Amino acid sequence: TVVFMPGSVPGDLRKPLPFRDVQEMELSINSRTSITSRYEMFHRGTTAQEEAALAVPTAQEADAALQPLQDALLGSLTVYVVPETSSLLPQGISVYVGKHRSALVRAGGSQATLRTRLRQLTQVMSFTASSIAAALSDRVPDGQPGPDAGRHLKSSLGYEVTFSLLNPDPKSHAVEWDIEDAVNRYVQPVLAKLSLVANFSVDSQILYYAVLGVTPRFDKESSSFLLSTHSLPHVINPVEARLGSSAASLYPVLNFLLYIPERSHSPLYIQDKDGAPVSTNAFHSPRWGGIMIYNVEAPASPQSSFPLRVNVDMVRVMEVFLAQLRLLFGLSRDELPPEFLLESPGNEGLADWEVDRLLWAHAVENIATVSTTLTSLAQLLDKIGNIVIKDDVASEVYRAVAAAQSAMAELATGHLHSAFQASKEAVTSSERAFFDPSLLHLLYFPDDQKFAIYIPLFLPMAVPILLSLAKIIREARQRKKEPTKMD
Amino acid sequence: KAMVAPVLLLLLVAAAAGRDALREELLLSPLPAGDVAATFQFRTRWDADLPRGAVSHYRLFPKALGQLVAALGVRELHLALTQGFWRTRTWGQPPLQAPAGAELWVWFQPTVTDVDKAWKELSNILSGIFCASLNFIDSTNTVTPTASFKPLGLANGTDHRLLRYAVLPREVVCTENLTPWKKLLPCGSKAGLAVLLKAERLFHSSYHSQAVHIRPICRDASCLAVSWELRQTLTVVFDSFSSGQGKKDWSLFKMFSRTLTDACPLASESKVYVDISPKNKENELLEVTPTPTSVHEAVVQGEKKTYAVYDLLSPSLFNTSRSLNVQLKWKRPEDSSELPIPVLHAHRYVSGYGLQTGEISTLISNTHPYRAFPVLLLETVPWYLRLYVHTLTITTKGKENKPSYIHYQPAQDRRRPHLLEMLIQLPANSVTKITIQFERALLKWTEYPPDPNHGFYVSSSVLSALVPSVVAMKEVDVEQSPLFTSLFPSSDGSSYFVRLYTEPLLVNLPTPDFSMPYNVICLTCTVVAVCYGSFYNLLTRTFHVEEPSRGGLAKRLANIIRKFRGVPLL
Repeated sequence: TVVFMPGSVPGDLRKPLPFRDVQEMELSINSRTSITSRYEMFHRGTTAQEEAALAVPTAQEADAALQPLQDALLGSLTVYVVPETSSLLPQGISVYVGKHRSALVRAGGSQATLRTRLRQLTQVMSFTASSIAAALSDRVPDGQPGPDAGRHLKSSLGYEVTFSLLNPDPKSHAVEWDIEDAVNRYVQPVLAKLSLVANFSVDSQILYYAVLGVTPRFDKESSSFLLSTHSLPHVINPVEARLGSSAASLYPVLNFLLYIPERSHSPLYIQDKDGAPVSTNAFHSPRWGGIMIYNVEAPASPQSSFPLRVNVDMVRVMEVFLAQLRLLFGLSRDELPPEFLLESPGNEGLADWEVDRLLWAHAVENIATVSTTLTSLAQLLDKIGNIVIKDDVASEVYRAVAAAQSAMAELATGHLHSAFQASKEAVTSSERAFFDPSLLHLLYFPDDQKFAIYIPLFLPMAVPILLSLAKIIREARQRKKEPTKMD
Repeated sequence: KAMVAPVLLLLLVAAAAGRDALREELLLSPLPAGDVAATFQFRTRWDADLPRGAVSHYRLFPKALGQLVAALGVRELHLALTQGFWRTRTWGQPPLQAPAGAELWVWFQPTVTDVDKAWKELSNILSGIFCASLNFIDSTNTVTPTASFKPLGLANGTDHRLLRYAVLPREVVCTENLTPWKKLLPCGSKAGLAVLLKAERLFHSSYHSQAVHIRPICRDASCLAVSWELRQTLTVVFDSFSSGQGKKDWSLFKMFSRTLTDACPLASESKVYVDISPKNKENELLEVTPTPTSVHEAVVQGEKKTYAVYDLLSPSLFNTSRSLNVQLKWKRPEDSSELPIPVLHAHRYVSGYGLQTGEISTLISNTHPYRAFPVLLLETVPWYLRLYVHTLTITTKGKENKPSYIHYQPAQDRRRPHLLEMLIQLPANSVTKITIQFERALLKWTEYPPDPNHGFYVSSSVLSALVPSVVAMKEVDVEQSPLFTSLFPSSDGSSYFVRLYTEPLLVNLPTPDFSMPYNVICLTCTVVAVCYGSFYNLLTRTFHVEEPSRGGLAKRLANIIRKFRGVPLL
């Protein structure tokens, strides 16, 4: 919805308010797949309540006041066009993106400028061609992998978030972290926001004597130890064996590791490509999680007794982990034009429109997953004829197809929430059909065994047939010779 | 068994207050026959209620097991993986016995609605965690004992429908089971007593048994909150007599090819106990080096024991040398003529001939000179041995012995095994013989295991008893005494709890010749092919009238002879 404040309607707007405007754009992923994106814009004037809400001095207050007035439909945006000269937005800022699903835009004089600003705004706040393509890159064969491909987590019904404190040297460091409080204070609000997208469960553990797989290099100048960028890929493997997968669920795990370097290897810093130390001293691994190195200050007096008591500063740690969590979900804030101002999402860590963006991408990805799952099931059936599809498996397949179709229909009309629910259902049904144990019962009955069983019958039976065939051929040849003899 | 619960409470109260704690212990006891038993125990306490929501935090307790307990509503879990058989008669009463193969018994929370489903899921997950074939636990080897297995932790109800018990006697235990077990320890095998756990030595032994016990205990004396206790135990018996050139002396290095250098830094207690109890009256038979930190005396399982204690956390221990290598030397060869026979021991075998019927006999001995006591016997027999219950006979000293309690659940083919539980009174100084006959069933051809002629295992029967003690026991502070005394309840000073497992049985079932179907196929096909061939010939052959010819070879030969003889030609 585009809402015009009085005095903000561009002079060259031809149609009278209110009116509807539809933009469609075709985006092809590969030769057979394409996605049509459709933005439906409804232009209208402000209501009295909205005018009252906008009559506040700052954009933040306006954003908060406008929130209860919007129809809280997932996936929709409300853009308020304010007059070019409005003092609501700071100087030099022409677009303000709020915490919820609204934005303020300066009218900009002509319809053309307004239009470009609106397009930029939808690119930021809603799905873009590249975000959809990134979501699909894994599911669609031979799609061109974008730069973001393989970085974001795959869509799943749930995720397990595990925070691990690695203490390889418990003799020197007795590390305490108040993870319970930190999770309640910083992680839970974010996950509560994300609960629309998936189920989350949070665990934490402390692992002792878990070492990184790489020996860091000693740097004489700074008298510290350095891990270079190219050695980071080797860090995770030995640690991962200790992390332990979740026994009770099949959801993907997001690992966040806090590594306290051994006393003989501290302080330890990560070096980036140019050789400069990374300021956060952390790195993330796509689809896996993140590692942060937390250096313990050397004791003031060398006589101090071991183990050293260490209390981890959880604010510093959680800042990094939450940033990594956003990265893993593909919620990184892209480069923005300078006249854009983003409201910080506050304690919740995520704005409403960011969740919407995630939902768009995951809904599309889920539908693609369903189609690949069902296609591979069909291909498997073509290849191995022995598989028996029971009625319940068949009904799961029908349900998956129906749910996927309804998800597509809902997506086309822009009902994001119901589309996402339907796509989740479709994924569940299709996976259940694909992994049904009854499919495997008669899978292994190879043809050579059948051949071995039948050969004792067919071989002796073939002997007289072959002999008589030989005889027929011999007689035919003789008959061919005989007429010449007769003559 | 009603007395067990209050006593348990008393026992558990003693647990010290505080947050998660780890205690590690190693008990080294020379066995009468010259072997050495080493028993490790690692106790991890988790001072937290079961995680109710989606958030849980682990410090020392392993996350994998904690999640399992929380997700599946487990109240108590006991898993033992054993290779070899503990010879009770010659080695004496073990600190904690387990049957050969894999044993799993679990009490579920009363909130669990579908116990069978949770049990199935649990055994599958455990088989993944411990790399064991526990996923072969299904309804055909699971039973619900009514009396033999009581919760060992805090429990306010003992509704046995929440209990599941299964044994896989065929399971082979090896390194791949030890590695995940070690991974559950907070210090891994990097520090503390666990550095001795080197797989190549542990499996080069006569007996190896590793176990995991999880149970709820009281957090403090007031017992208002519940803590979870994880006990990881490992028992191994080394044959030091044959590996030590006929000498019974041993040292840590000889057995484990490692020595101890430090305690696990996370452990609040780290001790090595060496059993130096005098067998006879003269004390000075053996000598341990270095000098122990202290000497501890206790009555364990009805015997007075003296332990030399090495406290790895005391700084004085590593003052003189950097590592601890406990050594034991016998001053003079012990006159091993007199072996102390345990009060309760049992023996089981299968008899009979042919492949149709057979008989299982169990001999239970009570060697106590004057006290009789009851024993609970649990037998689980797979369905393919069809027990004839009317042939069940229990005889003691030639007279019939009527059990005071019998619970029998007949088997259902391919569904569930036989379960027989009996409470039998054992008179003083007697041997009780229990026999029952069975018939061997014919299996379907797909039900045979890959090596059917090896035979089919019948799991060990379980004996549980409160054995009267020969030595008077005084109430001891159980938390102080080493090892397992605090796992099993002891009712009062006059008796102690013993759980014994008999030998597993190996029974041959009538096994078909598995090449027979193919032979039959070949034979019938040949017959069909021969019939077909002659029929085909008959149908396709054309018949000609043979023209008279000059005659064959025989006729010509005959004519030549006739010519010589001057007889007219044919």
